[in-house]
Amino acid sequence: MTFLAELFGEYWAPVQTVTWTLVKIVAIVLPLMVAVAYLTLAERKVIGYMQVRIGPNRVGYWGLLQPVADGLKLLFKEIILPTASNKGLFFLGPILAIAPAFAAWAVIPFDATMVLADIDAGLLYILAMTSVAVYGVIIAGWASNSKYAFIGSLRSAAQIVSYEIAMGFTLVGVLMCANSLNLGKIVLGQAGGFWHWYFIPLFPLFVVYFISAVAETNRAPFDVAEGESEIVAGFHVEYSGMAFAVFFLAEYANMILVSMLAALMFLGGWLSPVPFIPDSFLWLLAKVAFLLFLFLWFRATFPRYRYDQIMRLGWKIFIPITLVWIVFVAAMMQTSLGYLFH
Amino acid sequence: MVFTDYVFYALAAILLFAGLRVITTRNPVHAALFLVLAFFTAAGIWLLLEAEFLGIALVLVYVGAVMVLFLFVVMMLDINVDKLREGFWEYLPMAGFIGVLMVIEMAMVLGGKYFDTSDEVSKPLGYSNTAELGRVLYTDYLLPFELASVVLLVAIVAAIVLTLRDRQDSKSMNPADQVKVRRQDRVRIVSMQAEVEPPPATENPAEGTAK
Repeated sequence: MTFLAELFGEYWAPVQTVTWTLVKIVAIVLPLMVAVAYLTLAERKVIGYMQVRIGPNRVGYWGLLQPVADGLKLLFKEIILPTASNKGLFFLGPILAIAPAFAAWAVIPFDATMVLADIDAGLLYILAMTSVAVYGVIIAGWASNSKYAFIGSLRSAAQIVSYEIAMGFTLVGVLMCANSLNLGKIVLGQAGGFWHWYFIPLFPLFVVYFISAVAETNRAPFDVAEGESEIVAGFHVEYSGMAFAVFFLAEYANMILVSMLAALMFLGGWLSPVPFIPDSFLWLLAKVAFLLFLFLWFRATFPRYRYDQIMRLGWKIFIPITLVWIVFVAAMMQTSLGYLFH
Repeated sequence: MVFTDYVFYALAAILLFAGLRVITTRNPVHAALFLVLAFFTAAGIWLLLEAEFLGIALVLVYVGAVMVLFLFVVMMLDINVDKLREGFWEYLPMAGFIGVLMVIEMAMVLGGKYFDTSDEVSKPLGYSNTAELGRVLYTDYLLPFELASVVLLVAIVAAIVLTLRDRQDSKSMNPADQVKVRRQDRVRIVSMQAEVEPPPATENPAEGTAK
């Protein structure tokens, strides 16, 4: 260490900071990738059992090596570049899909102290990053120069912009209760047992948030952007090999991200449900796992929404619900019952 | 030069490049995407100035919503670029005049008392740009803020009224009515015996068919 310190001289402090931050980033991204890989296996297993099948069970014990096999297969597949596509943008699409999905994790607190960037506007930052994610889909659909891909990307753009508004309003409710945009402070505002968690006073917002999250991540029953039965595979119909895998990765990373956010904002994050059990990171994991299970459950249960009904649900039902509930919460906070909403 | 200076020059270079490409590139979709890049780097510069709320709001509103809708429209249009460029020399004096006006305005703002940035006000610990902005917006500048929101509301209503043409010949459906449908509106379940007794055979079956 001292040798290194002498080598870098006055630059030692910044070098140390940069290295340490990089190590932290790897410590977040690597487990995230593993989680994504095993979420795909969990999805196939869970949906398999829900449909009275076994799911993958050939590769490794209980199919545990299936994600590795899938990854290797995709890695060795040829990446096909359509002749009529827009070359640069065609490859920019997957990158723009995955970059925000990872960048948003910078402000996620895993524990009272475990957070990469403890910034005050954390919630806004996450909202900004998730709203940038739509560009991956739009660019991929347009650059492919294919009608199916283009229709998929248009559907996705309209859907994500619509549901983002409802999602933003639900976050307004949370920050009114927590009096802060900092995710760590939002969690600490819910301390003291599960009856202090925000999902109780903000129950309609919690429901709207989670359904909007399903729509934002293009998951069933809102997966019209890639609806197989209508437009083959939607925006990524022209992608193969790793380029396709990157879209897949981004979708699952986003699923984990929105579940994580729901757990942090409405379900008390790493706090334990009852005061006499210690708070732990494991609680956060359990809550996220439950919410992810809901994602899979939705997919196995509901048929795909029709497109105009998706738009109606977003604009005519969710946005009014959130607006009314925000006004209600704001009014209640001024009364003697205001303590219920803090 | 400190580290943030290098970051500023890098971001400024990208911003200038993106801004130039917006007006020079031939493909309108590329132009819109370069505009996105310009907004994004501008947000980065604002972050350098410790205006994190404004920076993030720029990404959230302009990059995340406005430009998505822009792209949405631009991607579907079949724009003939050559036709758009026909009147270039005709409009040049007017555009040049506006450009010069903007440069003068910026120079007046920057060259005024704000130019001397060396005596920065040191921020107290725990200073939150977001909270400060909210406080000022909802106390000192409440009336202008409300006026601006009313103007925006009028614009929203106007945009909807302008585009809302109730076409009589379109066969659009009303999803609200469709969602309200209950089972009994569409299906009637009639209870009946599983097996029906065949009618007794008549004396002359051929007679029936002959009629």
